[in-house]
Order: sequence, then structure tokens, then C-alpha cells
Amino acid sequence: MQSLGLEVLFKGKNFERLMGGMWTALRISLISIAISMVLGLLLGFLMSRGNRFVRGLMRCYLEFVHIMPQMVLLFLVFFGTSKTFGWNLSGELSSVIVFSLWGTAEMSDLVRGAVTSVPKIQYESAMALGMTKGQVNLHVILPQAVRRLIPQSINLITRMIKTTSLVLMIGVVEILKIAQQIIEANRKASPNAAFGVYLTVFLMYFLLCWPVSLLAKRLEKRWG
Amino acid sequence: MKKYTVKVIAILVLLALALTSAAAEDGKVYRTLDEIKASGTINIGVFSDKNPFGYVDENGEYQGYDVYFAKRIGEDLGVAVNYVSTEAANRVEYLETGKVDIILANFTVTAERAEKVDFALPYMNVALGVVSPESRVIKDLSEIGADDQVIVISGTTAEDYLIKNNPEIKLQKYDTYANAKTALENGNAVAWANDNTEVIAFALENEGYEVGIPSLGSQDTIAPAVSKGNETLLTWINDEIVALAAENFFHADYEATLVDTYGLDYEDSLVLEGGGQAK
Repeated sequence: MQSLGLEVLFKGKNFERLMGGMWTALRISLISIAISMVLGLLLGFLMSRGNRFVRGLMRCYLEFVHIMPQMVLLFLVFFGTSKTFGWNLSGELSSVIVFSLWGTAEMSDLVRGAVTSVPKIQYESAMALGMTKGQVNLHVILPQAVRRLIPQSINLITRMIKTTSLVLMIGVVEILKIAQQIIEANRKASPNAAFGVYLTVFLMYFLLCWPVSLLAKRLEKRWG
Repeated sequence: MKKYTVKVIAILVLLALALTSAAAEDGKVYRTLDEIKASGTINIGVFSDKNPFGYVDENGEYQGYDVYFAKRIGEDLGVAVNYVSTEAANRVEYLETGKVDIILANFTVTAERAEKVDFALPYMNVALGVVSPESRVIKDLSEIGADDQVIVISGTTAEDYLIKNNPEIKLQKYDTYANAKTALENGNAVAWANDNTEVIAFALENEGYEVGIPSLGSQDTIAPAVSKGNETLLTWINDEIVALAAENFFHADYEATLVDTYGLDYEDSLVLEGGGQAK
């Protein structure tokens, strides 16, 4: 075990620090995922229903977020806003803003796809039964759309969790940064620490993402 | 639709760019010395994973050569120090936006960077160094024969320097530190040129090697940096560095943080007191 460099994990507060880093990553992703899901559903519906102007505006927003690498968005929000508007946003707040912007864009596109994929006959039948437009959306279209959404939105959620590893570039100390700090601080005492520490990081990301996949499977089974 | 979208995006991006560049002209982003003192905290950007210059120990405390100085700055200003973890790639941005007051992250002074930030007096030297096996120590570049080869890592200042100044020397280029190390150990070349801090650490960690040329080429220096135009803070740091020379502060710093990596032999060639002026 010596050669795996696992001993550095239990030196001082190292393990506690890694867990703290995991919590930071989880906190950022949970808040942004919650915001993205709610806004994504609303905007997605708007996109599938709204007029040309709304659709065009949404299209611009979507393309912008799609084209920009997340790293650029992080720099833009963290450094750009203080250069342009003089706002001093914290690294964590900037991360939540960027991840929510990104998540909302992707989510709304998924929702739009799911809603438009519900066959037209479903609307017509529901209307024929005397339902109002709101009732049709809420009771007929939404449940079917959400079911179609599960696999892709789970994919989006796990991607968002994993991408939090970029926020170290704007000074947020999360799992990966703490791992690098531990490896470097022990460069001489345990030169092999990299393997053990990155293995632990791998397990931590797995622990964050696996429950999401499990939940998705259960939901798919129940609603499928 | 598609064409229309592209046009709109292009206009938006241009607008954003125009806004950014226009706004960057006016207003100060930094905090003056009095503002820092009044707030009770100074934000100092340091590395958190560059042992032994700036790193975090197992108790979560910042340590290292740069941090030792940062602590002293906090004490002498009478404010608490808030360490901000920076990366090599974003040090300039942190100062340009005033998100930190000082960068103390092994920041080498270059003309290019000096256009964007203000450097204070330097507190450390860096140069190139050449390490070779004890069996044949290269003490001068002229000892390298026509058939001998020298190892460099691609993209380093050592490579640039040798290509520019000694084109007659045959170079063996490697992409990573590990490969270069293996090549030297296997005797593929007579010497290895790199940053002197790197080759010194290598010679100390590996038996049978000696740094024949400890400093080669132009001497670069490492200095604290503040946001462009932050005169009050810059003056205070410069005065501080000059004042600290009286107690040989950076030698004490070296002995507390760097001696394990570089040994005592290089203390005087690496450390700068009072910005390099007479002690």
C-alpha cells in the first residue's frame, strides 16, 4: 500500500479537507441544477410555444452558451463583470451563475425537444375532450414530456457535477484543487501520492454521480 | 433563421466587447493602502500547489517562501491576510480586476507583464542552470563538445536561450520533466539545462549529479505585484522590502522554507534583500 501513496490522505486534516472540497463541488452543482431544472422547464415550454421573437431570442441565448467553453464563461462572469461593471462577485457565486446559465440553456433545449416530440394527436384528443389549453399542457403534455426528459437530463446533471472541476480556475477550492495541493505538499515525503489521491478523487466523483444514475433508473422504471 | 441568428450573435458579441474595453478605461479597480487598512483584511494571491513557494500543508494552512512574506506583510500592516488560491494563468487577471490586492505567487518580472501590472522590488533571483553527472561536470558551455548533446524540455526558457545564444550546441528535446530526467540518468546526453531552481533541486535529490553552471543567461527576478497604478500600496511594499533588509528577512525566509529543497549553498545566489540594493 505504501507505493500507492494512500498514507497522505490520513495526514493531518487531509481527508477532512477533501470531504470539504467534495461538499463545495456538490453545493455549487446542487444549487445550479435546481435553478436550471426550474428555469429550463419554463423556458423550454416557452420555446416550443412562444412566438417568433421569443424563439429567436432563446435561440441566441442557447447558441451563445453552446459555443462558449465553460471556462470562458467562468472568466467572463468572474473577471469580466468586475472589469465592466465593477461588481466583485465571489468565485462561488460566479460558478453558480455560469452553471445555471449553462444548465438552463441545455435543459430548455431538452424540454423543447421533449415537448415537440409529443404527437400532435395527443393535443387534439385532449382538446376534443373539452380540456382548456392549460389543462392540456399540465395533465397531458407535461407528464409525457418529463418522462422523455429523464435520460438526457440525468446526463446533463452528471456533466454539471463533473464540470465543477473547472471552478478552481477562478479561485474556488474544490475536490481537484485540494487533491493537487495535497500531492504537491507531499512531493518529497511521498512522491507516489498522485496515484492514491487521484484514485480517491475518482471515487468521490463516482459517489456524487452514481446516486443520480440510480435515481434515474428507478424513475424510468416507474414511469416507463 | 440560421443566418439571422448568426448575425444577431455577432452583434451581441461586438457590443459586449465594446462595453468591456470602454469600461476598462475609467475608474480604479484597486484598493488603496488606507482602504485596505480600514477594511482590516488584505487579499493576497498565492499559489496553493507549488511547493515550496506557496502550498497548503496537511492542516489546511498556507505555507512556503511567498506565504512567509505574505504573513509578514499582514503583520506589519496590522491586517488579517486572506489568501486567494491563484493559477499561473490567471495571476494578471486577478490584479487587473482588483480581486486581490497583491500577487505573491512566484511571479517572474517580464516586460510584457509590467505593462499590465506594477511590480514592486524583487525578492528572489531566477536564472537558468545546467546540471551534469559528477564524472564529467560541465562548468562552462564551452566544455560541451561538437558531438555532445544537451537535454532541454520543450517550451522552456532554457530551450529558447540555447537556440538563440548557442546554436552550435546540439539539443535533445523532451516534453516532460520525467522523460528528461530518465534521459539524463541513462546517459543520453552530457548535461541538462533548465530553470536553476529545478536543476538545483534535481542535483540535491539525486546522487551523483552536480550543478556545474548555477546561473546562466539573463538574471530574472521574482517580485510582488499590485494592480496598475496602485501607488500607495506599491510604495508601502517597496519601503517594507528595503526595511526588511536590515534584519535579513528573506534569508530567514529561505532558511525556513526553501532550505530543504535547495540546500544552504544557493542561499546567496537565490535570495535578494532590499530589492537587490546593498544590504
